[in-house]
Amino acid sequence: MGRTTKFAAAAAASILVLTGCGSNSDDGDSGNGGGGGGDGSGSDVKVGLAYDVGGRGDQSFNDSAAAGLDQAIEEYGVESSESEAEDGEAETAREERLRTFAEAGFDPIVAVGFAYSSAVGVVAAEYPEVHFAIIDDSANELDNVSNLVFAEEQGSFLVGAAAALKSETGTVGFVGGVETPLIQKFEAGYVAGAEAVNPDIEVDVTYLTQVPDFSGFADPARGKTAAQGMFDGGADIVYHAAGGSGGGVFEAAAESDNLAIGVDSDQYNTADPSVQDVIFTSMLKNVDVAVYTFLTEFVENDGEVEPGTTTYDLSVDGVGYSTANEALIGEFETQLDEFKQQIIDGEITVPDAP
Amino acid sequence: MNVRLTKFLLGLGAPLLALALAFGITSLVLIAAGDPVGEVWSTLISWPEQRNQVNIINNAMVLFFSALAVSIGFRMNLFNIGVDGQYRVAVFAAAVVAGEAWLPGYLNTALAIVAAMVAGALWAGFAGLLKATRGVSEVIATIMLNFIATSLVAFLLAKLAVREQGSNIIGTKLIPEGSRIGGFSIGDAPAQVYGFIVFSVLAGLAYWFVLNKTRFGFDLRATGASSTAAVASGVSVKRMTILTMMASGAIAGLVGLPILFGSAYNYGSTFQSGLGFAGIAIALLGRNHPVGIALGALLFAYLDEQSNPLQILVGVSPDIVAITQGVIVLTVVVSYEIVRRYGVKLEQRRVAAELEAMRTTSKQTEEVAR
Repeated sequence: MGRTTKFAAAAAASILVLTGCGSNSDDGDSGNGGGGGGDGSGSDVKVGLAYDVGGRGDQSFNDSAAAGLDQAIEEYGVESSESEAEDGEAETAREERLRTFAEAGFDPIVAVGFAYSSAVGVVAAEYPEVHFAIIDDSANELDNVSNLVFAEEQGSFLVGAAAALKSETGTVGFVGGVETPLIQKFEAGYVAGAEAVNPDIEVDVTYLTQVPDFSGFADPARGKTAAQGMFDGGADIVYHAAGGSGGGVFEAAAESDNLAIGVDSDQYNTADPSVQDVIFTSMLKNVDVAVYTFLTEFVENDGEVEPGTTTYDLSVDGVGYSTANEALIGEFETQLDEFKQQIIDGEITVPDAP
Repeated sequence: MNVRLTKFLLGLGAPLLALALAFGITSLVLIAAGDPVGEVWSTLISWPEQRNQVNIINNAMVLFFSALAVSIGFRMNLFNIGVDGQYRVAVFAAAVVAGEAWLPGYLNTALAIVAAMVAGALWAGFAGLLKATRGVSEVIATIMLNFIATSLVAFLLAKLAVREQGSNIIGTKLIPEGSRIGGFSIGDAPAQVYGFIVFSVLAGLAYWFVLNKTRFGFDLRATGASSTAAVASGVSVKRMTILTMMASGAIAGLVGLPILFGSAYNYGSTFQSGLGFAGIAIALLGRNHPVGIALGALLFAYLDEQSNPLQILVGVSPDIVAITQGVIVLTVVVSYEIVRRYGVKLEQRRVAAELEAMRTTSKQTEEVAR
């Protein structure tokens, strides 16, 4: 097994190298053509996507944004370029990332993550003719900035209710990646949802790291330890809002024969097959929908988009819960959909801070 | 050959060798990754635009303090890995003091700078004290203090923070406008070079003066060269350990201040982090000399700045950019060592040849005398 894996890896590596060499000159040519810009064939929309730390391939937040862009590329043939943030980088580096896009003629520019908040404010003011979108932040009120935010507390309410319905011990857990106001929204909704079903339920809450240490979003080992502690303490379902650390939560659930709840994307479909069965449901935060909708509006209205804040909530399926694990979640769907309707109708107001 | 000329050529040889090696290895990495080599190099070595020049200078300023702090320790064989924690505690202290604005205008700024240096010095002083009294390795102590610093600052930030409407970022109170340090522009670039650059220059000069022209500096270097010899000549190694760590921490306290007073105006969840570790690499690059450190800091800031154009305009992955930086640091360290050894060998050969010549001449004179 070990040997074949190694051989496969070596073969794959050499193929990568060879194809790399082969496509080298092509890349150079197309790069030169694209770099000059302006003489666009096909769609003349050039989208710049600035990722948060982790970038494309993080199986979570950034990947979801990338999926929205990919869909727009397929649908409208827009051109695109991407760039990702480094952990703990300078504010000027974020500004410069957006500025480099703007200088190279990219319009619109999508900034993924609240860390870009002040950078978008600065650069959008410098380039008033370029359109910006920022995800998870609504602090900017410029005419060329669209704020795309989500009602994470509403989706979390539903998975909280699901956890309370399923729990046999009367104790459930929440593992947050980094203690920021954003992740506290997940916590608040989850606790409210669980208590709506069972007022006596006990909810264990823990956060892996504190700002400005953002490693809690990419530390599976720590996620596993935190979840293990909760399972040992009597919890039988743990919800994580911890990005890449969630893998550890799933492992801990699988090893102790308990359940876990995923976040952002439908993790039942993306997680490792060995832990798939323990993923009871996932809180869906459809960043891809937001990115795609923004780009669609931009392309179809010839570059005119509504500035200001758009909230993606339950009513537009911006957030939700996954029913991929039919065997486990199936029996609760009617009850959960009732809660969903009540939230949409305004009969239930979900708190967004603990 | 003329000894001076040899020395000059050797001095020039090291950086040239480093550049050639870095160029070669990075090109190989690029080819292996399938990236357009020519375009990468033309982007990488293109002269930065004015706005990029501003960013490079500002970033270098911050890295300069970090490397200077590390190198003070290096001169005494103390490995201060804790600059990261020290500057975090310090910049937080400064942000709170300046944000509360107990004093008006620049008095407030001065108080905040002093608070930062004291906080940094005390935080590093713990490690020095542990080393001097209990023999705890400063490497272990400073790493542990880094963790404590991160958690402590996060805890205090959560207590004191204010949050802007609609934003997910939390931070300390904004510094009042009268206490901010203005900058100067290069051309019509949107950002300004931090006025804090004055303090960088002063810190560099002070570093050189204290280490080379004062009793304290002599004691420090002597202890670094040989602690037993230093003890024999009456230097208190314990006292020097604590003082050096505190001096290193005080400089570390300045690391975040250019950003704090020049652009961020508060300390919050997105304040730049990880500056302490870059300082170690730059101190090595600059060979613990302020001018060398300044050049090293500029090089690092320059490479950081080119990361965005490389990703956006050429389509290179950011990991390749990070690899390039690593390769440059490695090749510089390696090539300095190669050139140093070659220099030593040349020296040995020259001395051997001179000795040989002396022996033959003395033999001849002996023979003549007979």
